[in-house]
Amino acid sequence: MIEWIQKTWQSFAESFVKNFIVEDRYMLIVRGLGTTILISLMAILLGCIIGFIMAFFRLSKIKLLNWIAGIYIDVIRGTPTVVQLLIIYYVIFAPFKNMPKVVIAAISFGINSGAYVAEIVRGGILSVDRGQMEAGRSLGLTSAQTMRLIIIPQAIKNILPALGNEFIVLIKETAIAGYIALQDLTKASDIIRSITWSSMPLFATAIIYFILVKLLSKGLQVFEKRLRKSEM
Amino acid sequence: MDMIQVSGLHKSFGELKVLQGIDQVVEKGEKLVIIGPSGSGKSTFLRCLNLLETPSEGKIYIEGECITDPKVNVNRIRQKMGMVFQHFNLFPHLTVLENLTLAPIRIKNMAKDQAEALARSLLKKVGLLDKEREYPSRLSGGQKQRIAIARALAMQPDIMLFDEPTSALDPEMVGEVLGVMKELATEGMTMVVVTHEMGFAREVGSKLLFMDEGKILEQGDPRTIFQDPQHPRTREFLSKVL
Repeated sequence: MIEWIQKTWQSFAESFVKNFIVEDRYMLIVRGLGTTILISLMAILLGCIIGFIMAFFRLSKIKLLNWIAGIYIDVIRGTPTVVQLLIIYYVIFAPFKNMPKVVIAAISFGINSGAYVAEIVRGGILSVDRGQMEAGRSLGLTSAQTMRLIIIPQAIKNILPALGNEFIVLIKETAIAGYIALQDLTKASDIIRSITWSSMPLFATAIIYFILVKLLSKGLQVFEKRLRKSEM
Repeated sequence: MDMIQVSGLHKSFGELKVLQGIDQVVEKGEKLVIIGPSGSGKSTFLRCLNLLETPSEGKIYIEGECITDPKVNVNRIRQKMGMVFQHFNLFPHLTVLENLTLAPIRIKNMAKDQAEALARSLLKKVGLLDKEREYPSRLSGGQKQRIAIARALAMQPDIMLFDEPTSALDPEMVGEVLGVMKELATEGMTMVVVTHEMGFAREVGSKLLFMDEGKILEQGDPRTIFQDPQHPRTREFLSKVL
């Protein structure tokens, strides 16, 4: 029994050295992780900006804005993320040879996420009682002021769980960045795997994604709790 | 001076005619009380006065200014008129004090400490000074409505509109809200009150309107109407609620 444990441990250690230590291969993982985080953060930010704007377009009384947002959301939700990434990289950004791939990927994922964020935000705004808008307006606040000071803060509290879920999906979705030859976390581990023919890099990558998502959801939980203090 | 002047007011929601020709004048310091069965258009009439509903037809003047003119600045008009809702509509994400100071700070550019001093004097008036740090969810219905009245008063309006302010309250909390409204009435505030509280209507109202099916069927001194209603529909309504 002890012998078996020793043997297993030894093969594990050997595999670990082969996959991560030799030729500083762990640096591939570290840099890949950095790329994944960078794409995710930029895409989340961009997705939120686009999402909020499109949500207001959808809720607007102006037909044209309504129509633009409707088309955008339909197209993005109706096509695969990978295809969007390839079109944006190989077609739309083809003339911009000097643009870093990380930025192009972030823009692509941001545009993708924006459609989902828009629907989440729209639902959140609609979930706030109509009386809140009336109360704000009856005091003499403009409709923009009422939105900003009264409706949005309450809407954000309502949509936080769904928004957090969208961020989690987005982080994991960036794993397809390898399609445009970007060395993100997934691509880096696959490169190591192709050298060592070991399953270890893939499992290591899965664990890293898991930790990343866990940290994010914990952080969102704390934030949500702080926002909920007015309901205790 | 006429605080409110309404002539030929009509309001329809699609095919449904909710108001069918309302004419009314409210003078300064007057307490107009509106009663009537539900669906009679009384709330819609009140909501037209600060343009929460856009009239389909007719003219409304507030302090001599025509507010049904499409060019009028609605927000400026509304600052002169406080509104109290049936369901309070306090801002749940803000403390009681912030509920009161939000509009004076944002609209009137009042300094924060000045707005807070004003807010505290109003909280004292409605008897809830000790609740300034609470969030609305921790208050009872009666307390919420008193805060809502104080919030409307924080804009120092010339007219107060009340849309069934006690209809969503437990019976035992009705009294505290009516008490605040009575105090406001004795101070000379111009008030328009839609209510089902007949006692309040009789005691505080300087003029009573009975509405049904979008029309004013009877109006006059509340005591006279309660004692001797002229219109058969008024008689029928009062016999059911009194």
